[in-house]
Amino acid sequence: MSQNLIYLDNNATTKVDEKVVEAMLPYFSEEYGNPSSIYDLAHTANTAVRHSREAIKEFLGAKDAKEIIFTSCGSESANTAIKGVLELNRAKKHIITTKIEHPCVLNLYKDLENKGYRADYIGVDSNGDLDVQELLSKVEKDTALVSVMYANNETGAIFPVKEIAQKVKEINPETKVFVDAVQAAGKIPINVKETEIDFLGISAHKFHGPKGIGALYVKSGTMMAPLIIGGHQERGKRAGTENVPYIVGMAEAAKLAMAHLSDELTEVKRLRDMLEEGILSKIKNARLNSTAKNRVPNTTNIGFLYIEGELILLHLNDAGICASSGSACTSGSLEPSHVLRAMGVPFTALHGSIRFSLSRYTTESDIIQVIQELPHIIEKLAKISPFQKELGEILNNKC
Amino acid sequence: MWEYSDIVKEHYKNPKNVGSIENADAIGEAGALACGDALKLYLKIKDGVITDAKFQTFGCGSAVASSSILTEMVIGKTVEEAKKITNKEIAEKLGGLPPEKMHCSVMGHEALEDALKNFEGSDNESPQAPKSKDKIICNCFSITEKAIRDSIENHGAKTVKDITDLTYAGGACGRCKGNIQTIINTYNMETKNTKEELNNVQFILKVNSVIEKNIAPELTKDCGGIELINIDGKNVYVRLTGTCKGCRNSHLTLKNFVQAQLQEHVDNEIIVIEVE
Repeated sequence: MSQNLIYLDNNATTKVDEKVVEAMLPYFSEEYGNPSSIYDLAHTANTAVRHSREAIKEFLGAKDAKEIIFTSCGSESANTAIKGVLELNRAKKHIITTKIEHPCVLNLYKDLENKGYRADYIGVDSNGDLDVQELLSKVEKDTALVSVMYANNETGAIFPVKEIAQKVKEINPETKVFVDAVQAAGKIPINVKETEIDFLGISAHKFHGPKGIGALYVKSGTMMAPLIIGGHQERGKRAGTENVPYIVGMAEAAKLAMAHLSDELTEVKRLRDMLEEGILSKIKNARLNSTAKNRVPNTTNIGFLYIEGELILLHLNDAGICASSGSACTSGSLEPSHVLRAMGVPFTALHGSIRFSLSRYTTESDIIQVIQELPHIIEKLAKISPFQKELGEILNNKC
Repeated sequence: MWEYSDIVKEHYKNPKNVGSIENADAIGEAGALACGDALKLYLKIKDGVITDAKFQTFGCGSAVASSSILTEMVIGKTVEEAKKITNKEIAEKLGGLPPEKMHCSVMGHEALEDALKNFEGSDNESPQAPKSKDKIICNCFSITEKAIRDSIENHGAKTVKDITDLTYAGGACGRCKGNIQTIINTYNMETKNTKEELNNVQFILKVNSVIEKNIAPELTKDCGGIELINIDGKNVYVRLTGTCKGCRNSHLTLKNFVQAQLQEHVDNEIIVIEVE
């Protein structure tokens, strides 16, 4: 596994930065106090949590550290916000979200629909851009919540969440806005201050922090019911002894991500564009799926016509390259990517769609190697395809 | 990542018999691009013997592996022998497939069936004629009621998930899951009725046949055996032989396998009792 591994699946998870591990280590067996206790040992842990909260506040551009609560992951952040809002607004039974949200959020809305809520799922165009006007047209008196992701995990499309939040509030000031920013954090600047966003969730393992820790921004003055009821931790918004080493790890990862944010927009984007152009110019049956107006700098999604995605991934794996697919076969659910389907990606390319997601650890030689290897793999697999006639036409016509 | 066997890995990495055969004597097709799985099988048949086989597959690793091993399995077989190949055998030859991937072996089997039908019926009907005008249940994947019934009757599907694993039906939008459940319920009702109509002699013959065809072969694999000793009402007395005899897990075999098989195929109220 270790020999020449090229990891281009950073939207799935990322390598934990060594500095993050270093920052976490003392809080396991040395500074192990419970932040709620009274002695000096606990004081150190308590201070670490306080500083970490401050760091996440900076990372999200919040006004006050009190607006940050620590959770165990992105899914918990989403569940906390969504259920927390609905619990306090029981009379309101309408939710607006998008067709391309992460499954953790979509499945929650499906569940809520079974429990008597009405949900509108807003679609995207073939570029992956959201129909904001349609979304706004659905806001009504009964709308408890609008929930839109900041950036899409499969295509990297960035949605105008600040504008959406503001316009939603103009129509119905009581409607709450939740933003799933899991795929945006660490890739583009986030600044919730002076926006109308009420809740925004992130997860550390998507920006070189550890798995099992996340955070939720809750705009000050926003009422919510806790998901996990118990002790007084997180000002009563999330019970459970603080996971001190992981909170420290997430904070360190956030600081590093902020320091590297400009690299994302320059170096990471340069390599992503190089990969994209390399593949599209060398492989005739390749099609760019992610063509949204604004995209996070690290993500590209490319469909290979008449070839199945899992097969491509298995061969990439043999070449030491990690990527992921919108193919039905890799998911275990047999369902091809709901995001690419919502975009209307044709079946010819849908099942052969591959997502490459880079990080600040990606090197130019990684990208050069992928551009070298991939055409051979696609060529080999094209020979197995029963669609020889169709492939022949593409390979001969497109120059 | 799926847990693929080494045989599956070998076959998707270096698939055997890829390509087409010019002037093939039979061509079989299964699957469709929209489903993410499509297979085309070409056979050369001389004097009733399959002398060459090639395939082209659009699909995942296990689909390619199933197609590849299928070509190896059929070459040298007579048409009659090839007809007897089941999807289970394809999966077994591959060292097993993850349950979610069983439909890949089904697709191989379907393509073979299609090819052989096409070979035998080439004089009187077009091989491209639609296989069935049956009612479509799963619109996402164009899966017919007949195909769903087939996976219940012939491939042992019992739940909606089994059907999805085998045929894809219900795997995309999921709207047809209710209808699939209705088909399963209808099938269960029908078979229950037929079970109730058995008279004593038929009952005994049926029990005997299930033991011989479904139960004994499985036990033989572990060097065990089973004998039917007596039937009294719904009580079926059996003796376990070979390695099964005195095996510490024999009561599990009896309840979870022998009794379950008899209840499923003959009567829900059968109780299996071991005779020393």
